[in-house]
Amino acid sequence: MAESATLPERVVFQTHPSRYRHWNLSFQGDVATLAMNVKQFEPQREGYELKLNSYDIGVDVELADALLRLRFEHPEVRVCVITGTSDRVFCAGANIVMLRTSTHGFKVNFCRYTNETRLSIEDASANSNLRFLAALNGTASGGGYELALACDKILLVDDRNSAVSFPEVPLLGVLPGTGGLTRIADKRKIRRDRTDVFSTVAEGVKGKRAVEWNLVDRIAPLSKWDEAVAQMAKELASEVKARANRGVELDEIEAAHEGDTLRYRFVELKIDREQRTAELTLTAPDACPKTEADAHAQGAGWWYLRAFRELDDAICQLRFNEPHIGLVLLRVKGPAATWQATDALVAAATDWFVVETRHLVKRVLKRFEGSAKSLYAIADDGTTFVGTALELALGCDRIYVLNDADRPVELGVTQVHAGLYPMANGLTRLATRFLGAPECVAAVLARAGTTFDAATADELGLATVAPDSIDWDDELRLAIEERASFSPDGLTGMEQNLRFAGPETMETKIFGRLSAWQNWIFQRPNAVGERGALTCYGTPTKPEFNTLRT
Amino acid sequence: MATIDYSQKIPNNVDLASDKRLQRALEAWQPNYLEWWAQMGPTDFNTKDVYLRTAVSVDADGWAVFGHVKMPDYRWGIFLEPRDEKRVVGFGDHFGEPAWQQVPGEYRNWLRRLIVTQADTEPASVEQQRLLGHSAPSLYDLRNLFQVNVEEGRHLWAMVYLLHTYFGKDGREEAEELLQRRSGNPDHPRILGTFNEPCEDWLSFFCFTMFTDRDGKFQLLALAESGFDPLARTCRFMLTEEAHHMFVGQTGVGRVIQKTCEVMKAHPGKNPFEYGAIPLEVIQKYINFWASSSTDLYGAEVSSNSANFFRSGLKGRAYEDRYTDHKALEGTYAFENCVEGKLVKEDVPLRNAMNEVLRDEYVKDNEKGIVYWNKICEKAGVEFRFRLPHRRFNRKIGVYAGHRFDLDGNALDETTWNRRVGEWLPTEADRTKVKSLMVPCYKPGQFASWIAAPAKGINEQPAEFEYVKL
Repeated sequence: MAESATLPERVVFQTHPSRYRHWNLSFQGDVATLAMNVKQFEPQREGYELKLNSYDIGVDVELADALLRLRFEHPEVRVCVITGTSDRVFCAGANIVMLRTSTHGFKVNFCRYTNETRLSIEDASANSNLRFLAALNGTASGGGYELALACDKILLVDDRNSAVSFPEVPLLGVLPGTGGLTRIADKRKIRRDRTDVFSTVAEGVKGKRAVEWNLVDRIAPLSKWDEAVAQMAKELASEVKARANRGVELDEIEAAHEGDTLRYRFVELKIDREQRTAELTLTAPDACPKTEADAHAQGAGWWYLRAFRELDDAICQLRFNEPHIGLVLLRVKGPAATWQATDALVAAATDWFVVETRHLVKRVLKRFEGSAKSLYAIADDGTTFVGTALELALGCDRIYVLNDADRPVELGVTQVHAGLYPMANGLTRLATRFLGAPECVAAVLARAGTTFDAATADELGLATVAPDSIDWDDELRLAIEERASFSPDGLTGMEQNLRFAGPETMETKIFGRLSAWQNWIFQRPNAVGERGALTCYGTPTKPEFNTLRT
Repeated sequence: MATIDYSQKIPNNVDLASDKRLQRALEAWQPNYLEWWAQMGPTDFNTKDVYLRTAVSVDADGWAVFGHVKMPDYRWGIFLEPRDEKRVVGFGDHFGEPAWQQVPGEYRNWLRRLIVTQADTEPASVEQQRLLGHSAPSLYDLRNLFQVNVEEGRHLWAMVYLLHTYFGKDGREEAEELLQRRSGNPDHPRILGTFNEPCEDWLSFFCFTMFTDRDGKFQLLALAESGFDPLARTCRFMLTEEAHHMFVGQTGVGRVIQKTCEVMKAHPGKNPFEYGAIPLEVIQKYINFWASSSTDLYGAEVSSNSANFFRSGLKGRAYEDRYTDHKALEGTYAFENCVEGKLVKEDVPLRNAMNEVLRDEYVKDNEKGIVYWNKICEKAGVEFRFRLPHRRFNRKIGVYAGHRFDLDGNALDETTWNRRVGEWLPTEADRTKVKSLMVPCYKPGQFASWIAAPAKGINEQPAEFEYVKL
């Protein structure tokens, strides 16, 4: 399957409302409307048509962009209505032919990215005074309903025909893997037997029963549709206050390609194809705003926002466009003072723009450690793993610290570690790292405001190993070569198991189950074999299953 | 509620008397059905005696019993063609296996969807036609309208019987919803678009019975092949009734044409409207509208559903026994896809093109009707010839939807379409003029100005026969 599947073309993650092909974004007072209007003949790559408002990565990149712009450019908006423009169908979910003809890796990355987009809806609701209403003007199936589930409320048109549905198991032999099963159980708290029935009836549930089962919040007839949408939007708006009147425009993130190097303003991504590694380097500037008013005044040009938007793009590039790269070597450079000053103003922020930036940084940190790559932080001479930068290191699988007085490295703790940047599991990275040793967390936090050397970092438990100059090169070489020799699948599974110690949240469940179950099913002959359900769907052939249960 | 002997009230050949569960279900459903008929049927004529054909059994003597009856008292029966014990599934992956007498669990939802979609069209057409009685061109036509109406009602019964008998609680709920959706209602419209189009004048009615009921014929032909035996047997009996509806349509339009031809001969060079007849060009526009709208009913050209329904043995091809390869696994179907407005030849797996295969048969059948109408022109010495619009014309469903084509199937830009659409589809002015002719003519043996008398009466009745006692 994977070998014969179409290799993805380079995915581009930057877009702008003026260039959206698949969504109409409009505003009326404090209500934004994001209407899905997928162009059938404009898929991200050749080989499939986006029928019935089905989506691919190109559609989701635009959705993610729109959500980001709502948060930064439209603080006046309190409610975002997500709806569709086509008659009778809201959204048919992820495009099946696209899935069938994609490599396994692409499928996984597609699901991961769309999950992150769905979670960003919930994040905006929780943190940005933005409420989301899914106004399902027609049937929402599969990923279409999963998108709705990420919203605060769901309104379904009652035309005796439109339904919400999960046809994945009965028709495709796979799962609603974009958080759908987790959300009907954990978020909407629907009874187990009903979720079971719902998830096996391809045509789904409509009308009153959909409300009775809590699959949707309300239904409304077509003739009262606009009123009902407006009414629910109004109710949701009353729950929150608008953050501000004027937004901050996000400029374009651009990177210069120089051979195998992608150079952004603050971020550099250097690919070593032979070694299958990528050197990801973030360099903080020498000067930076010291107050949130100054940061706000700089807007999209504020280095902290810009750097993490660039980092976000670089991570997506790595995931989608560099599938052969297995190991990321992370370095952070620039004056410690820049990190300290920035972290200080972010930690104390009351300005909506700075708060919004903080949430973006939080999401980028999560996206970083949610990637199926091995992550090593390399603290060698000239690096500065201070504050937010240290959070990045703590997101890595290992932290290599060069311990040599002649080749100094700088690590440091700021105000951000105590809870500003929770992981998917709801804990801080320090708390997760020292899950059984809270005293170690306290010892690190006690250093807030200071920087320290490699030896201290090692004492504090922040270094995986701290070799001296003599051993450093060899130690690093071995660590890289050894990593490259392991099974990539084994590594991905192992890393995902180890990265999120501690409690489960809806978020960890979604990603955990995606990697464990969906990715397993996506590989199985019952889905993708010659007679697998995903292979046969839409063809004249009936799927045949190996009936052995595991 | 008083005890009703449903086995008496509902003529049937399914041993209704002994099926307690089914009786209970129908007891609950029947009052709602009658209420629906009272609200949405040809309401104002419910107290009148209408000369109707009633089926009291499926054999030659029983399926066409004529007599005057009040429509609410019509005995909506449940009839299945007799069972053939040796019947096997005639197509798809289950080809050659014994036909199913019970619903296979695996296909339950698909089968229910198929039955509900078919069932939904039956009451829909009654709703669409409910006001036509007030402008009938003759008692003969009035009677034909009501005959069509009660039989559509019976077809609803037939489908509801299947839902009640084989689909448990879900089936009962679907049966209820069949009475709740309403043609043209913005809130809960009928499932298929054509069945929400208003049918406000008699020319539309004749076109509807000609083109839309003919879709019904082909859907029934495809379902009559079903491996689910009760569905196949039900549909086969429905087909005998459907034939009359198309007779009404084909001869109805034909009689309108004939009258216009007579007027044209008598008043050459004049607009037939001036003499109370409908110009042939206007008739052609009505044909264009209803033929194209009904062509949509077959669904998308390339369809996963159609492949699923065929391979699982639920819905076959019309006249499946005329084919040799009943599995249809190997072949492809060549059709012209419309990609961003451009026509591109494509081969698709045959099973995925079953909607198109059925549509082909439908188009062929429609052509015969055109030939029949042109013979009337020819005989009258009128040069005008009718035509069927190309299947790409005016489509709302499938790959041609959203694009513009002329009657020959040539692609057009939006500007040209807007400029010329009035030549091809009825304009507001056309409709107003046609409607202005729709004055009732209730005297036995007499006909409105725009339509000729039929060649012969129903059940050999004389021209002056009082088909409806007003």
